[in-house]
Amino acid sequence: MAVTTYLEAIRQGIWEEMERDENVFVLGEDVGIYGGAFQVTAGMLGKFGEQRVIDTPISESGIVGAAIGAALMGMRPVAEMQFADFISCGFDQITNFAAKCRYRWGAAVPLVIRGPSGGGIHGGPFHSQNPEMYFVHTPGLKVVCPSTAYDAKGLIKSAIRDNDPVLYFEHKFLYRRIKEELPTEDFTVPIGKAIVRRKGTDVSVITYGAMVYIALDAAKELEKEGIDLEVLDLRSLLPFDREAVLETVKKTSKVILLHEDTRIGGFAGELAAVISEEAFDHLDGPIRRITAPDTPVPYSPPLEEYFLPKISDVVRVARELYRY
Amino acid sequence: MNVKTVNSPPLASNPSGQRSLFPPVETQIRILYYLKLTRELEDRIERKLYRQGKVLGGVYVGRGQEAIAVGSCVDLRPDDVVCPSHRDMGAYLIKGMDLRTILAQYLGRKTGPTKGKDGNLHFGSLDHNLIAFISMLGDSVPVAAGIGLSFKMRGQDRVVICPFGDGATSRGDWHEGTNMAAVFKCPVVYLCNNNQYAYSTPLERQMAVENVADRASAYGIPGEIVDGNDVLAVWEASKRAIERARGGEGPTLIECKTFRMTGHSAHDDAGYVPAELFEIWEEKCPIRRLERDLIQREIMTAAAIEEMQKGINAEIDAALAIAEQDPYPDPEDCITGVYE
Repeated sequence: MAVTTYLEAIRQGIWEEMERDENVFVLGEDVGIYGGAFQVTAGMLGKFGEQRVIDTPISESGIVGAAIGAALMGMRPVAEMQFADFISCGFDQITNFAAKCRYRWGAAVPLVIRGPSGGGIHGGPFHSQNPEMYFVHTPGLKVVCPSTAYDAKGLIKSAIRDNDPVLYFEHKFLYRRIKEELPTEDFTVPIGKAIVRRKGTDVSVITYGAMVYIALDAAKELEKEGIDLEVLDLRSLLPFDREAVLETVKKTSKVILLHEDTRIGGFAGELAAVISEEAFDHLDGPIRRITAPDTPVPYSPPLEEYFLPKISDVVRVARELYRY
Repeated sequence: MNVKTVNSPPLASNPSGQRSLFPPVETQIRILYYLKLTRELEDRIERKLYRQGKVLGGVYVGRGQEAIAVGSCVDLRPDDVVCPSHRDMGAYLIKGMDLRTILAQYLGRKTGPTKGKDGNLHFGSLDHNLIAFISMLGDSVPVAAGIGLSFKMRGQDRVVICPFGDGATSRGDWHEGTNMAAVFKCPVVYLCNNNQYAYSTPLERQMAVENVADRASAYGIPGEIVDGNDVLAVWEASKRAIERARGGEGPTLIECKTFRMTGHSAHDDAGYVPAELFEIWEEKCPIRRLERDLIQREIMTAAAIEEMQKGINAEIDAALAIAEQDPYPDPEDCITGVYE
């Protein structure tokens, strides 16, 4: 069986949903003739035609607004932000129009907005951001951040089939670096369900996106010295899997919250609050956060390396917690 | 202040008097009915229910500019869509929203279309092909483009009317949406009610072009200026634009010159508006103007118009009696309905 990259998994997921449901279409900047800046929509124009693979003006607010309009009419648009950073230009349409339709007047907006997020490719301040938390703070939206090819495909399918607006943040560092064999039959990954990537007994690392691999690599190092990490991949941030979080905390009693996003207002803060409210008695040490510093994402290699959480950060903090 | 009375002819040369194209007589009577129903309903809401403390928060009415929603929407088919803004009550009425439901919305009752979760004209109904307005002005403009796009994709013979005010045309979403609709030739009628004030800010502080319609040329679409207080002129311009949209020729921008005969909202006495402007525009009231016209052309008598008004009053009385008895939402309803 052939292996499928994370990027190809997203492409397959959209492709298969477009074959399954004629209401599904894609729109965005350079998604048609060019196949998308990262080639996520490559070949779709030829297969599905320009009615369903729509090159738009540079107009994120217009793209999201038009997708909302089509979604209100029962279409299932998949809107691409060429870089997730540019989603700020469509922020108002997403947070005020799309997110609030159902609550206000019961109207479904079955919309997916997807785009490449994250650093590690020297993209600089405007091609490396992790904008998920702007949207996790908006009731009415769903937010997913897949880390594997299987989840990338399963979650894009779930997002497209969902009747609420879903923001799908794929991690561009993983696009061609991560690959695996995928089932040939149709499958989905439920939104709101975490998965244990590595079972362990000593310290839990709760994370998502590209940081899953930092945690898993740290676990390999720590294994040599007898420290057994459990790695929980959240996969979805809104809604997030509260039960899975509490379960791993209760199991190991020591927890590291790891994300590539910056610190203040990052998802780790919310997780820490939930853990202290609901599992305080199970903790045998302080809740520790490993995150990017509160700066924009810098460009130059030494700066970006400093910015991104590293394996050594996880190893160091896990050792401290283990000995606590 | 530079007082402009843009492009609104004096009553003596009422263009409907020289009009060659008229809607059928029954449509003209329907138009008067919806104009009067809009005015009476909004008067009740703003001047009675709000002042009695029964409608809370802000109240925004379209007094003086009723002709725009009514003239543009009166001939729409049931499956055509409207994305009204906050001064387009007439669109809701024509699209079939009943009075009790509308009043329940203003009164924050559970029977309203938002079940108390939003107020004012901030409601929609997919059953009526009405899209709920949001306060970020101009946001409906790209949404309307997308609605039109879906009609094109599905080969449906439907159009969407998207009204907004002059102030909304300063926002980026307006420009992005208009551009997108133009590029994709979406079947949209963009309908500006240029009432010359955006809250307290007059037009010349809003734009350096003379007319909102001038903006159309930047997007390669037709821009047309009509007297927004002449409902038959609005009807005629809308009819042309709707036909263009149905014919696959893309969007049109219609600018209806009018005047906001009220403050921005019920709390606002509009002291910043020169009093003579209200006097000038009071003379151009779109409702009295059509009444005179219908009497002159012997379509209705003054007595028949009076009967129509009585009927409207009774309709609203009956609806209000029910809506005022409607229940408020349960407090716990607050946390319902965020997701499917």
